[in-house]
Amino acid sequence: MIARLAEFWDMIWPGMGNGLVITLQLSFGSLMIGLFIGFPVALARVYGPKWLQNLATAYVDILRGTPLLVQLFVIYYGLADPSLNLLLTYIGLPDKFLTLPPFTAAYIALGFNSSAYQAEYFRGAIQAISQGQMIAARALGMTRLQSIQTIIMPQALRLALAPWSNEAAYMVKYTSIVYIIAVPDLFAEARRIISAHYNQMLMLPFVGLIYLIMVLIITWIMSKVEKRFEIPGLEVEAHRA
Amino acid sequence: MAEPIVRINDLHKTYGDLEVLKGVSMEVQTGEVLVIIGPSGTGKSTLLRCINLLTRPDKGQIWVDGDEVTAPETDINKIRTKVGMVFQDFNLFAHMNSLNNVMVGPVKVKKMPKEEARELAMYELERVGLADKADAYPGQLSGGQKQRVAIARALAMSPKVMLFDEPTSALDPELIGEVLEVMKELAREHMTMIVVTHEMGFAKEVSNRIIFMEKGYIVEEGPPRQLFYNPQNLRTKEFLGKITELYGEAES
Repeated sequence: MIARLAEFWDMIWPGMGNGLVITLQLSFGSLMIGLFIGFPVALARVYGPKWLQNLATAYVDILRGTPLLVQLFVIYYGLADPSLNLLLTYIGLPDKFLTLPPFTAAYIALGFNSSAYQAEYFRGAIQAISQGQMIAARALGMTRLQSIQTIIMPQALRLALAPWSNEAAYMVKYTSIVYIIAVPDLFAEARRIISAHYNQMLMLPFVGLIYLIMVLIITWIMSKVEKRFEIPGLEVEAHRA
Repeated sequence: MAEPIVRINDLHKTYGDLEVLKGVSMEVQTGEVLVIIGPSGTGKSTLLRCINLLTRPDKGQIWVDGDEVTAPETDINKIRTKVGMVFQDFNLFAHMNSLNNVMVGPVKVKKMPKEEARELAMYELERVGLADKADAYPGQLSGGQKQRVAIARALAMSPKVMLFDEPTSALDPELIGEVLEVMKELAREHMTMIVVTHEMGFAKEVSNRIIFMEKGYIVEEGPPRQLFYNPQNLRTKEFLGKITELYGEAES
């Protein structure tokens, strides 16, 4: 028994460990890219001038309406296309200017894709806040910006926590598609081991289990965060609008 | 007569095809309690919301404390600090406890130091009888308590005039009394108040003057005694008859 375990350990270590680290980095990095793009996109969609609202809507619709895999391919293979590269050098840009290393392509594809979903979560949360909150703030003499900062955002961000937690859990699983552009993430490592040992009946459930554990941990952490920022009656109040 | 605190001249407002205000003019003196009554959908709330420009009128002028609210160069945020407003559905800030609800105006708008604002907020909460609920969030308060915190929030800005937009209409009957009591106390302290309400008892007992509005016009105005016991206009009479049926005879 011990011998079998030791054998198993030798097989997965350190490959799966490195893969796990990469998966976690990718998940966290893409979530943050998604947050830093998605939140402003949501603001643009709700509070921006008409043209900016339309632009933000188009951005969200395109990224949510096309498969993540297609987006990943466009960014990795599409931008490396020889004729595109020729065109780029022709207009004076460096050779392979848009040809991205796999990691960069993965961060961009996952991060931008997530930003569209996160933008929608934030937009939904902002719009769930009753109009009366803004009216009451303005009636006190607050400017529009003050009202948004002091009254709307603290409530909207709390409401956005629950859908955002889902996004965090999804992201960990979505990162597994990057094996296809040769990023050595957890799933790519599992596949490498499978092709060397022909043991997919063991490795596939095993790698699935690791994803499951990660998702459970994230869900647990986020539920703690939600609890920490909970305010009695806020959810009811906001959704009644 | 002294300069009126609020003066409105020929106010018009149209929503789509619906003309809600068809030329309303009125004045309110400092210390006066003015009650506006009338069937729903006749522009009472719109009129109130025009005074602090939450709704912008299509035509006409409004002056508050000598400043023309409707002039394009007016800093409306500054005017709004002089005009307290209480809403039908309270609109307390859902993520703040009572104390912060009352503090946030002075702190954010008047840049009052936090300690000073906290003291002021406690004083105002005391005034509406809710000092013990300073830490409670709106979700933990009854409707009547919410509305009293909302009144304290408006008072903390030391307004020159208070607008009440059907302040008791969203309340369970047994909670109306506590809110009216706070409003009566304000009237006794000579706060200038413009109140849209269906509470005829309050109108009769507390107001100096009642305006009856219908279909975008002021139909009749006068002291409560005149409107209740000797209305000049047939519509006023009919309306007061109906409302008495609905809400019971006003105690006086």
